[in-house]
Amino acid sequence: MIAIKLPNLDFLSQRYRALVFSGVIIGVSLLSLAVLGLNRGLDFTGGTLIEVGYKAPMDLAEVRTALSEGGFGNVMVQQFGTTRDVLLRIPPVGEVNDAELSQRVLHALNEAAPDQVELRRVEFVGPQVGKELAEQSGLAVLFSVIGILIYVAMRFEWRFSVGAVVATLHDAIVTLGVFSLLQIDFDLNVLAAVLTVIGYSLNDTIVLFDRVRENFRKVRKGTVLEIMNQSVNETMSRTIITAGTVFLVVVALYLFGGESLRGFSLALIIGVVSGTYSTIYIASAAAVMLGVSRADLLRTPKEAEADGRP
Amino acid sequence: MNRYPLWKNLLILGVILASLLLAWPNLYSQDPSIEITAARGAEVTEASVGEVRAALENAGVPVKGIEVREGGKLLIRFAASSDQLKGQEAIERSLSARYRTALTLSADLPGWMRAIGLKPMNLGLDLRGGIHVVIDVDMDAALDQALERNLGDVRTQLRDKKIRYQTVTREGARILIKFNDAESRDAGAKALSREFQDLTVQTSQDGDQYLVQASLPETEQQKIKDFALEQNITTLRNRVNALGIAEPSIARQGERRIVVQLPGAQDPGRLKEILGATATLEYRLVDTEGSVADAVAGRVPVGSKLYYERDGKPILLKRRVIVTGDQITDASAGFDGQSGSPAVFVNLDGQGARRMRDVTTENVGKPMAVVFIENRTTTETVDSKPVKTTRKVEEVFSVATIREPFGSRFQTTGLDSSNEAHNTALLLRSGALAAPIQIVEERTIGPSLGQDNIDQGLFSVLIGLGLVVIFMGIYYRVFGMIANLVLLLNLVMIVAVLGALGATLTMPGIAGMVLTIGMAVDANVLIFERIREEIRIGNSPQASIAAGYNKALSSIIDANVTTLIAAVMLFSFGTGPVKGFAVTLTIGLLTSMFTAITCSRAAINLLYGNKRLKTLPV
Repeated sequence: MIAIKLPNLDFLSQRYRALVFSGVIIGVSLLSLAVLGLNRGLDFTGGTLIEVGYKAPMDLAEVRTALSEGGFGNVMVQQFGTTRDVLLRIPPVGEVNDAELSQRVLHALNEAAPDQVELRRVEFVGPQVGKELAEQSGLAVLFSVIGILIYVAMRFEWRFSVGAVVATLHDAIVTLGVFSLLQIDFDLNVLAAVLTVIGYSLNDTIVLFDRVRENFRKVRKGTVLEIMNQSVNETMSRTIITAGTVFLVVVALYLFGGESLRGFSLALIIGVVSGTYSTIYIASAAAVMLGVSRADLLRTPKEAEADGRP
Repeated sequence: MNRYPLWKNLLILGVILASLLLAWPNLYSQDPSIEITAARGAEVTEASVGEVRAALENAGVPVKGIEVREGGKLLIRFAASSDQLKGQEAIERSLSARYRTALTLSADLPGWMRAIGLKPMNLGLDLRGGIHVVIDVDMDAALDQALERNLGDVRTQLRDKKIRYQTVTREGARILIKFNDAESRDAGAKALSREFQDLTVQTSQDGDQYLVQASLPETEQQKIKDFALEQNITTLRNRVNALGIAEPSIARQGERRIVVQLPGAQDPGRLKEILGATATLEYRLVDTEGSVADAVAGRVPVGSKLYYERDGKPILLKRRVIVTGDQITDASAGFDGQSGSPAVFVNLDGQGARRMRDVTTENVGKPMAVVFIENRTTTETVDSKPVKTTRKVEEVFSVATIREPFGSRFQTTGLDSSNEAHNTALLLRSGALAAPIQIVEERTIGPSLGQDNIDQGLFSVLIGLGLVVIFMGIYYRVFGMIANLVLLLNLVMIVAVLGALGATLTMPGIAGMVLTIGMAVDANVLIFERIREEIRIGNSPQASIAAGYNKALSSIIDANVTTLIAAVMLFSFGTGPVKGFAVTLTIGLLTSMFTAITCSRAAINLLYGNKRLKTLPV
């Protein structure tokens, strides 16, 4: 049998150090979010994005010349993936919807390099739609957090749900922080990834808390800290293996899934790493610091038995 | 001993077989194809097959196959989408008089599979290429129009009833009628509330002015909005059908939006040309009494409005609208039976016909005009920055004399050519939009990017799956292989459910699948770790299996429910691609619980359940 041999580590004695560490990271993330903000993608700002493929590698300067000759001075030009793919971004102008803009830009590019340009993608989002998408996304995040909070509060003691939510918010903020610091495009796909990170991080935390609850009922001796530590250690190999497999697939997605999923998979990679760390150090530490005790969990054993669950 | 009852094993077997069957069609290639239907007055027959084949051979386009489909359709398959486009061109060039072509994607299924209704998953636009636009319907304009129509009717009604009033004006969303005394006001209010059941009528007094306010109640406004949306959808459908796309989807989104999806379409320019002609029409009487010169100078007579004809000539029209474009049910070009000159025949709906009859009866010999209203976006340069403005352009495009009263069907003559008649009819017909529309979102994916997305998506699924399978096999040995088996089954089930629900697979959907692979093994990891723990504390293998499954269950369910909550929120608030992700994630979570808990247990029970074991290969 191959098994990860893990020493019985005293994770929770490190909780103050972990708290300082997380505090710094969260601080940097929040500062970056406040100062730099998120590099909001087209979905939220509105505007036009055009991806074109050239038959041969294309010099960006040439593309820029072609565009400014066509009267499109405000177009941002960048390489996308390969030297033959070019991405053009055009910021929205006021409140106006101009769905024909992409046609005119393509026309200008075609004039400059006849038969060389192939349209790969056009995305146009009107300013109003952008605002709505941003609003709806905010609501989606808010309601999932509330929904999950209610579920965890129903299944566990309130100190645990606070611990779980603190750990989850930690992961969401860290993920957003990295996107802000590196100024990576934040679009709808990345938002979906952040929500998935929230789900994943909780998943991890809940597995640990499940074990804590079980151990509180089973192990009659030992302090709260000891039982917490024991539970972290018992679930450790599972935590590492699951994080490992999820990590493997999201890295595969990042490397081979193509440009359009890069932001999405990056958010998941950060989330998986942060989620694993926060489960061990943040969630349980928060519950301990809030003063969770054996009595809190023993009060409702009947309910648990009625569920038919151990 | 660990055993499942027979019925449970059979049920699991049944689910597995059903999933395999439902997922099967996805193994066949999806060919870029052209669907051919007969044009009006022609027929698709066996002879057509030869004709089409010859046309394609002449053009040097390789064909993968031609099939005759029920409903008088031909399906031509190609190996590559570039051949498909060349093929369409060839057919259009030589056979367009008798056949209509439409681009589509068709799975090369065996006949029996199609016969029992099995279908592969729908591929989203980001995987097969296509155009997705969201169109916003200007509801304020729709309400404005309704109010304008009522305004005219109110005047007529009061005049008919011989009730004396001072003025009838519009103030925002209300119609304000001023009377000299309370008596005529009350009579007016009574008449109006009887005749106009869709208006809310209120009376009030302001100094020595006696007022009646009429407004559209909330329910009526809603009805008008719904109607405007429905009408637009119908009109758009007719316009889009002219594009030659096999499965266009035009659907309502929320209160005021319409989503148009054209899979396989590759030229957003053509779509926008068609959608861009966002036009409405109004029939109005010409004001022959007022002075046009005065109006141009800024003194427009009350009850009239200044318009310009196409050649720039000013013309005064009555403010009152007789009929709007949405009341036109049909328009066609033809020739006048008596003179043989080009004419346009217009059909009106019941309400429009009644109004037209009333107005034309009173106004025989007077001229009537058709106003064409278009929403145009123009770019102007202000401070060396382009500023875009949307402008309402109103043009009088035909003025004709009313020769006799007419009703639901009438003709307009005096057109220069049959070509002009044709264009006018087209404008009248497709211009029958109830309210102006505007594109507020567009996502076009070229076919090459779609193919790249499929390739990269599949590749990353395979890599992710491969890595997980190798790891699980090494780490958990036989139990790991069982986990791998149910993982594959999980993928098959996701594909089967997606196909059965008619859901669409998008690029984020593939990402959802990849993520499910990672998360689905979690349930098995939880169980296997538990089993190892139980063995470590000295329990027998059989007892450890049972305890492992039982004790891990609550964790698995808790963990999945939380992710499910996030997925459901994503589904309800997300749009397009995010929804696709949420759908596959949700399906994946549900199927993974079935496969990882029930199916893996069944496999383990069958393998080890009846044996006396000393050790477990976990």
